[in-house]
Amino acid sequence: MNMVRYGFWFLVFPGFAFSALIGMLASWADRKLAARIQYRQGPPLLQPFWDLRKLLSKEAVIPRSASRSLFLLSPLLGLAGATVAASMLGVAAFWPGKSFVGDLIVLLYFLLFPGLSLMLGGLASRNPIAALGAAREMKLIFSYEPALLAAISVVLVKTRGELSLSNIVSWQALHGPVALSLSGGLALLLALFAVQAKLSAVPFDLAEAETELASGVLIEYSGFLLGIFRLTRMIMLYLMPAFLVILFLGGIGPGPVGILLGLLKFFALLAAFILIRSLSPRLRTDQAIKLFWKGGLGLGLVALALALWGW
Amino acid sequence: MKSAAKALKKSAWVFPFFSGSCNNCNIEILDCLTPRFDLERFGVLLVGNARHADAILVAGVLNKKGVPRLKRIYQQVPKPCLVIAVGACALSQGIFSGSYAISELPVDRVVPVDIYIPGCPPKPEAIMAGLLKALENSGTKVPRTVRKK
Ligand code: SF4
Repeated sequence: MNMVRYGFWFLVFPGFAFSALIGMLASWADRKLAARIQYRQGPPLLQPFWDLRKLLSKEAVIPRSASRSLFLLSPLLGLAGATVAASMLGVAAFWPGKSFVGDLIVLLYFLLFPGLSLMLGGLASRNPIAALGAAREMKLIFSYEPALLAAISVVLVKTRGELSLSNIVSWQALHGPVALSLSGGLALLLALFAVQAKLSAVPFDLAEAETELASGVLIEYSGFLLGIFRLTRMIMLYLMPAFLVILFLGGIGPGPVGILLGLLKFFALLAAFILIRSLSPRLRTDQAIKLFWKGGLGLGLVALALALWGW
Repeated sequence: MKSAAKALKKSAWVFPFFSGSCNNCNIEILDCLTPRFDLERFGVLLVGNARHADAILVAGVLNKKGVPRLKRIYQQVPKPCLVIAVGACALSQGIFSGSYAISELPVDRVVPVDIYIPGCPPKPEAIMAGLLKALENSGTKVPRTVRKK
């Protein structure tokens, strides 16, 4: 019985099917809003679906020099990680009693998978440009992860060390969202930028760099393998704002009003993400590292100090 | 299989190949992405990587160095792949005809061309119309194989 339930969680409801669907919608919103900002019409609603469908039907080329199994496996690794993270987040949001203590930490590990899989896939293709992209991705991971962790530890300090997502949500239901305090607001701002880097979106898209690396880590991927990477990114595009909503904005509350409010919070964060994406130019690698290690970590420590002070 | 053919029409990612053009055709191709024309309405994206492409837009006359590169890029694109020749140069060598630097081969002797868009340079409307027509008529048979390069 438990197996069936876990399978359902993983494959259908908060897991694969659900998150893929919401991810496609989020990806459409992303492209549409970015197009409207540029005063363009933008793609139709079903565009992400058609993109994936096309990629599934195209030929997938495996370069002769690539290390075959890793090249084929790494997109799956990323997708699996994102799906597990989506199931855990969904279970914590919809069935608070079913999550376990410490799921926040496990979730953080699984959220790392998509970035790692990009890096592995790029290196496995043995393309020099992909290797350059993978090196950049690695540096990026090393710079945004500490900043993200600093932002999340502010939440932990605020909630007196709650390590389970559902307890964080219920704490916020009693005491009000973390983001409403000074330290929480600063931490949310920092987390927004870290998420931007985690999704490798524009100010931090240096691992893919359309213009100089010709999509870098993904350069040798085509067909359904590329499709899996795109799908993973769509799922992450839904996952990261939802994660921040749960951590900083009190999650989706009970009752229809709460759910409506939760959706509003989600869209607000998604819109913030899209705005940052379409209004900023790309940073160089050294600039991105400096931004996160100096500005990001500095801001995180200030927020942490404020949180310990009780602000 | 039917939805696969439809998906190709709905989401064509285009790789621009600019050989020895005078740069005007390139500008007109980029014009198609501007707010006035906005090719993304039809799901068309410009990509910088042949492996992600569904169609190659060839602009400009093929010069001697361009021929092997165009061939190679055509081989790198996962099939099915459309080729669209843009501008008088790509069609019939245009104003560069007779130059010492260009190859004798026109574009359609190097790679199979699906549609020709004449003009010097063609208007963005013409490029869009041609691209959409090529997509409209693209073959319904979509091979589904994993190929070793
Ligand atoms: S067709 Fe005309 S505009 Fe286009 S590249 Fe040739 S000369 Fe330039």
